[in-house]
Amino acid sequence: MTARPVETEAVADEHAVLSVDNLSVGARHTPLLHDVSFTIGRGERVGLIGESGSGKSLTALAVMGLLPEGLQASGDVRLSARTPARRNLLGVGEREMARVRGDGMSMVFQEPMTALNPTMRVGDQVAEVMLLHRTQPSRAAARRRVVELLEKVDLPDPAHLARSYPHELSGGQRQRVVLAIALANDPALLICDEPTTALDVTVQATVLDLVVRGVEARHAAMLFITHDLGVVATVCERVLVMYGGRIVEAGPVQEVFADPRHRYTQGLIGASDLTGAEGRRGRAALPTIPGSVPPAGRFPEGCVFRTRCAHATQRCETLPPWVPRGPHPAGETAYGHACVHPAGGGTT
Amino acid sequence: MTAETGSGAEPRRGSTGAEPPGVRTGSGAEPRRGSTGAEPPGVAIELREVCRDFRRRRTSLTQPAPVVRAVKDVTATIGRGERFGIVGESGSGKSTLLRLLCGLDQPTSGELLVEGRPIHDQPARRLGWLRQRLQLVFQDPMSSLDPRMRVRDIVAEPLVAQGRHEGNRERVVELLERVGLSADVADRYPHQFSGGQRQRISVARALAPGPDILVADEPVSALDVSVRAQVLNLIDEVVEAFGLTLVFVSHDLSVVRHVCDRVAVMQRGELVEVAPTEQLFAAPEHPYTRSLLAAVPDLHQALAGRTAQDLAAGVARRGPEPGGTA
Repeated sequence: MTARPVETEAVADEHAVLSVDNLSVGARHTPLLHDVSFTIGRGERVGLIGESGSGKSLTALAVMGLLPEGLQASGDVRLSARTPARRNLLGVGEREMARVRGDGMSMVFQEPMTALNPTMRVGDQVAEVMLLHRTQPSRAAARRRVVELLEKVDLPDPAHLARSYPHELSGGQRQRVVLAIALANDPALLICDEPTTALDVTVQATVLDLVVRGVEARHAAMLFITHDLGVVATVCERVLVMYGGRIVEAGPVQEVFADPRHRYTQGLIGASDLTGAEGRRGRAALPTIPGSVPPAGRFPEGCVFRTRCAHATQRCETLPPWVPRGPHPAGETAYGHACVHPAGGGTT
Repeated sequence: MTAETGSGAEPRRGSTGAEPPGVRTGSGAEPRRGSTGAEPPGVAIELREVCRDFRRRRTSLTQPAPVVRAVKDVTATIGRGERFGIVGESGSGKSTLLRLLCGLDQPTSGELLVEGRPIHDQPARRLGWLRQRLQLVFQDPMSSLDPRMRVRDIVAEPLVAQGRHEGNRERVVELLERVGLSADVADRYPHQFSGGQRQRISVARALAPGPDILVADEPVSALDVSVRAQVLNLIDEVVEAFGLTLVFVSHDLSVVRHVCDRVAVMQRGELVEVAPTEQLFAAPEHPYTRSLLAAVPDLHQALAGRTAQDLAAGVARRGPEPGGTA
């Protein structure tokens, strides 16, 4: 863990859109996130997985500068969007942050109903983000762009739909509007916080496709938060596994899911894999992770997972160091794990 | 009352008549192996051309209110001891059908029989026997447990509702232990539990009157994957141990595939395909089933290279999405 910052900084200057370094978030006496470090490069799609209560959404909110009152963040968050920002976003004021939000980076939330303003026509809401950031010269130009954007997210009859209110749209349509808003100013970073959890599978499939297409077209970076491993594997190239406010494993999707090292990742994959590799698993009992996620601030010292881990030993009482698993262009925080008795591979 | 965990007492056969409520409760029926193979005789639930219409708000003063047919000519038979799955997207009529099955709502037309007894034309006060035979586990354990009741009272409520007041205390402890909770949780309130534990309490409550049929409405969709596995295992366990008939409703096809013997796919109020699970997943016949299956993001297939575009392509082949997903 000590060797981490140096490595990431070097990469951050190269091509990273977002670099998060030693991000910690806590309430007065309760630490919630510990030393979260990762970078996301241009055009890279990174998934963030973990159970609820593990700190996924908090990470996203900290990056966006949207932490609820009473929580303090420390560490270093840098975004290079239109201007290669040299500032730590945690230090800048709300005014500055408002300028970055919706422009350099934007976010798609889980609940499309609450993310949209019920009293405003959806077209105006899409236009608003462009007018606020002055990316369109006039109202008329913004309106034309709105129709274009709504068309891009496959909404039928966009000119007419722009005049409707959120309640007139279905869940999938609303989420498309939210996506159109998020992509309106061609952000360098798109954060998606469980964007499809509230949607049906078929609608989810189309929305995921739109998200990926939208991000690819802009060559933007994406941080995709979900607890559905199938979705991450479909959408992302790289994955960060989070538990108890720490990143416990990271790496390319293929490697992490096919050959997990951290016991938590292994447990998650086992519990969520209902079908097994060759179709049906039969009615054998599913492997589970014993117990449940402890409430915030009640995670054990040392390895955060040791209270639920079958392999925990005395060594786990001290914080396990980050073990890089191999070279990765995004630095050693991008590929490795923090476990003293890793699973799989036969190596340590 | 007999001890719970032991494999137990009387084998439960097609006695549909009224049994004294105290007899069966608590005794585990003999564990049944491979429910697909040895289908016990008898029918648990039978639906005959069941329809349910809802009137929408009037849009015009001169015309009658438009009618929405939420459930359309559903005919199905659910065998005793079967694990029957119902899948469909939101708005497909799953929940309406479920309400009909449980006697919480009456069909506009058609017949509905539970264990050979009609429930479609009975007023709620004549359905007391049904509440004992058929119990429900709801989706959201937050809202299905009364926050102002202690776990003890929650689990005992189905018994109290049937006028049983003797021995409930012991029965509750027995049930809680059966679902993997310790006896001392009985004095706590629902908010003191995590989602998975709350769902365990729901299962304990459902088991309290010793039902034959367990209806689960999306019991795991509000849970995390690791907890989901625990709850699925628990449901599997109790269905096996008590020889229950399970009706399992979910929008998640992989969950249904894991749990059920037979699956019905619902679209716009109709059952478009009913087939044994493996057959349905291996060779879906109806185009809607196919598009539904194509849209499920699967870990293994994704690792084999299936992208979001492929998922969407499978859906697009069906044509435009039906209105109203909310």
